Amino acid sequence: MPHLPPDDLDVVDHIQQTRDSYSQLGYEPYRWALETEPAPFVAPTKPLADSRVALVGSGGVYHVGQVAFHHKDDTSHRRIPVDADVADLRTSHFAYDMTSARVDPNVVFPIGPLRRLVDQGEIGELAPNALAFMGGIYSQRRLREELIPALVADLEEMEPDVVLLVPV
Amino acid sequence: MGLIARHLEGLGYPTTSLSSAWSITASANPPRAAFVNYPLGHTAGRPNQLDEQTDIVRSALGLLHTAAGPGEIVPLPHTWPEPWRAKARSLSDNRTERHDTPQYQRPEDELAVTT
Repeated sequence: MPHLPPDDLDVVDHIQQTRDSYSQLGYEPYRWALETEPAPFVAPTKPLADSRVALVGSGGVYHVGQVAFHHKDDTSHRRIPVDADVADLRTSHFAYDMTSARVDPNVVFPIGPLRRLVDQGEIGELAPNALAFMGGIYSQRRLREELIPALVADLEEMEPDVVLLVPV
Repeated sequence: MGLIARHLEGLGYPTTSLSSAWSITASANPPRAAFVNYPLGHTAGRPNQLDEQTDIVRSALGLLHTAAGPGEIVPLPHTWPEPWRAKARSLSDNRTERHDTPQYQRPEDELAVTT
């Protein structure tokens, strides 16, 4: 049984929304991941102020000079230097309203806030590249066989102490 | 993203996630998540609100040291300043057609490709 929101929190049920709109459009239903086993759980070994933090975001962010995402189960990812100028970041995604993200990419890919936390001494440092991909991948097989190993390879090279994941 | 979080945690990386889609996150069941009750596309806060974005990111990272066990989804206190749920619940599907060629934000981005 998935964890339910508290009664006093008015949340939009995006799974139900998508089911309804897809069936109305005659599309095949999207099969959301359902994980009933408890997740693995690893305690950090250092305080955040001494930790290297890696960012992974699924908002379809690319840097000027990089190839944009295509919208048919694109399982590639982009390495975004964490010192990138936010004005050089772009978004490409089929499934969310990018109006705000195109005004300020930090709303889905918060490298500005992370840099501030480093400046304030609250986190130690950032992994040199933040990793960006485009969510909404239909094939869990391709997610497991293509995207995840590629992300893991990059993370292994950067040796972060903790990873922040930002979906859309 | 929940599957990725579970996978990374299984490899030994402590992970923390943001979410604005409770049902999707609860279903994928990542180790830890901070919930931002905003319209999709603002998981880390509103545009050009660096203080708010920083608070949200700090809260997500804080879970690494406060969550007692896997599966916690912690609602953050931020509230969107205008009504938005009725629109989000309407059935209009705003997904764009799924092209298999790169979809650039700006045409000039395609000309700037170097990698």
